[in-house]
Amino acid sequence: MSADVELDHLTIRFGNFVALQDANLRIPAGSFFSFLGPSGCGKTTILRAISGFLDPSEGHVRIGGEDMAGIPPNNRPTALIFQNLALFPLMKVWENIAFGLEVRRVPKAQRRERAQELLELIALPNQGEKLVSELSGGQRQRVAIARALAVEPEVLLLDEPLSALDLKLRQHMRTELRAIQQRVGITFIYITHDQGEALIMSDQIAVMSQGVIQQIGSGPEIYENPKTPFVASFVGENNAFTGRVASADANHAAVETHFGALRGRNSAGLKTGDQAILFVRPEILQLGAGTQGNALKSKVLAKEFEGFASHIHLANSQGERHISFSTSQEEALNISPGEEATVHFSPDRAIALPLGELAHE
Amino acid sequence: MSKVSDFFAEFVRRNGATISVYLFTAVIFWIAVLIVLPQLYMLDFSFRFNLPPSKIGTEEDVHTLKNYKYLLFGAEGNPNAFNWLHLEVFFRTIWAAVLVTILNLVICYPVAYYMTQVISGGKARIFILCLILPFWINEILRAFAFRILFGLNGPINFALVHLGIVPEPVEFIKADIALYTGLAYAYMLLMIFPLYNAIESLDHNQIDAARDLGSPWWRIHWRVVIPHAKPGIASGCTMVFMLTAGALAAPQILGGPSSLWFTQVIYQWFYTGGNWPQGAAYAFVLLTACIVFVLTMMRIFRVSLGEIAK
Repeated sequence: MSADVELDHLTIRFGNFVALQDANLRIPAGSFFSFLGPSGCGKTTILRAISGFLDPSEGHVRIGGEDMAGIPPNNRPTALIFQNLALFPLMKVWENIAFGLEVRRVPKAQRRERAQELLELIALPNQGEKLVSELSGGQRQRVAIARALAVEPEVLLLDEPLSALDLKLRQHMRTELRAIQQRVGITFIYITHDQGEALIMSDQIAVMSQGVIQQIGSGPEIYENPKTPFVASFVGENNAFTGRVASADANHAAVETHFGALRGRNSAGLKTGDQAILFVRPEILQLGAGTQGNALKSKVLAKEFEGFASHIHLANSQGERHISFSTSQEEALNISPGEEATVHFSPDRAIALPLGELAHE
Repeated sequence: MSKVSDFFAEFVRRNGATISVYLFTAVIFWIAVLIVLPQLYMLDFSFRFNLPPSKIGTEEDVHTLKNYKYLLFGAEGNPNAFNWLHLEVFFRTIWAAVLVTILNLVICYPVAYYMTQVISGGKARIFILCLILPFWINEILRAFAFRILFGLNGPINFALVHLGIVPEPVEFIKADIALYTGLAYAYMLLMIFPLYNAIESLDHNQIDAARDLGSPWWRIHWRVVIPHAKPGIASGCTMVFMLTAGALAAPQILGGPSSLWFTQVIYQWFYTGGNWPQGAAYAFVLLTACIVFVLTMMRIFRVSLGEIAK
């Protein structure tokens, strides 16, 4: 069983501080949904409100159409996986997994059986008799998932569960989490500050900043069509050029930047004279002047070698290293720090947005 | 052996010669001279006859089991098979100490839980201060305060009678209620602090996790909090039990006219009876019984001494 989750004008305040402001969204049953944002953006607050550890100041949380007001965490069809996992160190692995069943007074033999099934699901069939402390980080991670799945929740809530793992394991667990979600078919709500995790695993992502949901969409939508400067700068790398709109039509806007007029898509409906930021992703910048204009020339500040590519950093309007792009090793041979380089990009792949807050990382 | 000498070498290297010598001398002096030697002396005493000073050291001054026999069987010519008068006091003392310990645990566990997992920071510190302050008043005064509180004309009886809960004053002192309450209060901090330390180290997420998995509050305590706090519970119970069984002031002041505490019997042998060997034997029986009892309980509840010391 899987349920959809609806946030209806959900606001949460701590004293005067607004941790979450008027969140409205519907998470479809059976999907993998991520809340993505920097720390302190209110994403954990949302999770605690859905699981029942926090009461809404205003608005409603509905799970499967039912209003959750007044229903404590132990009676909600959700299970939460804590950031530090919060496994019970004094119980064996199988007892950890079966704890939710013990609470539901399932007989011991059945509990063992169910725990064994789940241990097989998480590929740890022979570890049931061990203590949690005898397992590795990745194994504990999987035990925490099994413990939550044992109670057959309709919604699984995950609070940055991969943040304590090292890089390789984290990459592996991303794939595995997604696979588990597709096998069990329930709604996963995932909290993370790591855009890579969100992009790889999620059906839909909500990007958050300072208690406000900035944009909701699939990974490609958010990456290709950011709605706010925050989303554009937080998700993926982006080069930002600030300036006034010199000319605009329904499709494109030309922004008068330090490097001259540069064009990008005008999905936000900018008009001539508006203050705007033009976002150009590093991967669309190409060496050379191109044929359509839209080129800029600047001083090369640094060249970084990273295996499959080299990253080039050009000086921005203040002469600081800011504009970056990647290029093949062959092309990079022609560039050296201190010289000038010309790059161009297709106006259909850059995007112009109204001036607004950028993400600071 | 090399491990021991390694330990000493490391200890001296780390603390310097002067401090090391001081620490070792102080610890050895404390353990040997202040604890072990007097106890051994008393142990030896308990196996001797009660002789006038002039006969000590003469050939009459030999070892005997007479003092221990007395506790079990009474004086020569006792019509009963056993010395029920003293044995009863002995067992009642142990039993009452167990009750007081349980009472203390029941009172202190929720308080410690509240101070560590429900409130935090400044509020918890005020709470601790409120717990500690009353213990600045000395034990005897506190015991007398309880005597006044629980007296026939004391405030508790006054309230009960005036509120119509009981028709006439309750004899709290005669029923030993004043004694048990006073004893529980006297050693309360020794229960609170081990519990406080143990429960404080529990990650609150574990409680939330258990709750999220559907656990009612009592099962969270039973399966998560209490197992985690077990060493603290054991340590608190051990201290409270030992001190309660060995308490003297509270039973003297709060005990009913008909109920003796075993320590009072020991006291009588030493002071009123002037029979130190007899008193020493009684004291050793109490000490041994308490240690055996505590070790048995630790075995039953599967706690090791190492855990308690944490």
